Amino acid sequence: MLSTYQYPKFEYRRPPELAEGRAASEGRYPVVVVGAGPVGLAAAIDLAIHGVPVVLLDNDDTVSIGSRGVCYAKRALEIMDRLGCAEEMVRKGVSWNVGRTFFREQEVFNFNLCPEPDHHRPGMINLQQYYLEEYLVRRAQSLPNIDLRWKNNVIAVTDHGECVALRVETADGAYSIDTEWLVVADGARSPIRHMMGLDIEGKIFMDRFLIADVVMKADYPTERWFWFDPPFHPNQSVLLHRQADNVWRIDFQLGWNVDPEEEKKPENVIPRIKAMLGDDREFELEWVSVYTFQCRRMHEFRHGRLLFTGDAAHQVSPFGARGANSGIQDTDNLVWKLKLVLDGKAPAALLDTYSEERVAAADENLMNSTRSTDFITPKSATSRTFRNAVLGLAKDYPFARALVNSGRLSVPSFLVESRLNTPDSEVFAGHMVPGAPMDDAPIESAGGEQWLLQVAGNRFQLLYGMPDAGDVDAATATACAELAAGAIPVETLVVAERGQAPAGLRTLVDVKGRIRERYDLKPGTCYLIRPDQHVAARWRSFDLAKLRAALARATCNA
Amino acid sequence: MSLNTDPNFFTPGKRYFRAFSPGDDFYEALIDMHRELTDEQSAMVNARLILLLANHIGDIAVLREAMKIAREGA
Repeated sequence: MLSTYQYPKFEYRRPPELAEGRAASEGRYPVVVVGAGPVGLAAAIDLAIHGVPVVLLDNDDTVSIGSRGVCYAKRALEIMDRLGCAEEMVRKGVSWNVGRTFFREQEVFNFNLCPEPDHHRPGMINLQQYYLEEYLVRRAQSLPNIDLRWKNNVIAVTDHGECVALRVETADGAYSIDTEWLVVADGARSPIRHMMGLDIEGKIFMDRFLIADVVMKADYPTERWFWFDPPFHPNQSVLLHRQADNVWRIDFQLGWNVDPEEEKKPENVIPRIKAMLGDDREFELEWVSVYTFQCRRMHEFRHGRLLFTGDAAHQVSPFGARGANSGIQDTDNLVWKLKLVLDGKAPAALLDTYSEERVAAADENLMNSTRSTDFITPKSATSRTFRNAVLGLAKDYPFARALVNSGRLSVPSFLVESRLNTPDSEVFAGHMVPGAPMDDAPIESAGGEQWLLQVAGNRFQLLYGMPDAGDVDAATATACAELAAGAIPVETLVVAERGQAPAGLRTLVDVKGRIRERYDLKPGTCYLIRPDQHVAARWRSFDLAKLRAALARATCNA
Repeated sequence: MSLNTDPNFFTPGKRYFRAFSPGDDFYEALIDMHRELTDEQSAMVNARLILLLANHIGDIAVLREAMKIAREGA
């Protein structure tokens, strides 16, 4: 098969624990991350950005084989912006917002993932997983406090209560290390989950899908096309997606009663593709795989000093791109909490809220992907009749269009049930409730034209609305300086139409009024924002005592 | 009143953040209602459901409009 991609080979180095003349034990690390896939790499980079030295162990020495996870959603890109990797992803990837759904020969429905203007990142990009991993590895290698160890295979894990002991195997022999916290990102089969005897519960779906990545020059628009029961593949579904390098992903539903080894053979794959594209279209196969999937999650994502993330903790059907995207959001939620706990500024209970918040998000992902699966692959004659009735009505009747479910694509969860939120005591319009992931907006600041989500994150922040930034009074400016100097600092961002905030406070000019609109910002309105760009609390006026109480609540210090 | 064919599903008191969620809530309940039933049982359940909903709507002009559209797709 053709290859558009040269797989890098990362160099194994003898770990310091096995260096000659070194003691058997090298003391204790604050954090070890296991698994250098997208989620483990994101965790390690995020920790390093927060100033935490981190050891990242991986049993392999290259990136993911095959294109695998292809769709990266707006929220994942916003997180990657914070980690310093989104620009490369967007440059190389294929940005898209529009999806079209066909039933037999007719288009019945289309959607736009990002119908609002003035957001930095697109609804979705398509990018082969190996590129994402390559960029993340490069970023990780550029950070001084990441010790990235290839071909280091964890063979035993013991949680001693005050630390976790790992036994790691290499070409030079095995060694032991202790760590305060272990971030487990070793994938769906998670050897560590097995070693610890922990359960993951859910169900396998009785269906098989064929993925064919083909290289071809085609002038199809950059959109997601989904067919129910097309003439070229009757009674099943088909998905077509464009990736970088003129690689196209085609996903054929096959049903349960097929032989995956037979279906993978080029002589069986090529006729399916020719039936779809027509005999004249020239293409070459790049990668073929037959997959089944499971929908399941661990009961809790924190087990003592082990923190499970990504596929190791939860798995969903691929409809909706909720796998890698939710794994990246796991680390976004986890890392700032881990940093505060490591620094002794928050109790370990804060890490329980990682589990609570991300279990709720996983349940939302499981629910949405299961619903999509049930619509795409009906399990009974009645279910199929309803599905086809919806598709038949969808062309003419808007209500039915809204019911067409070819995958509800990854969007961040609103963490409205979180105990870290301070409930509203005043009235606000819009969606930026406590627990909401922040909406983006264009701004101007000292750094020139930027986006709100480029200046938000990595620390607690206060958005303070004031039409003329110069009108922030001296008492408030003093209180903001106190917040900035606290044990858990809060940085004030004055959101203004004009003017310059008093010395020490940053001014963001809301150039298009989108922050005012999206956050229902009025003069004096305050939003307390978490380091992962979620709303923790909001008020109509500045009150230092309330802010401090909300900060304490958001860090389990209340 | 004429037949409403715009998206119209909601749950009283529940706040939705995504436009697709209320319709998906309904559709899941609809498919769940049929779980473990034979095709014959499902046909009977569907008939009972239509009768209950038709009475709730009440307005026969609206019902006739819906019946007409439904029959066009037979």
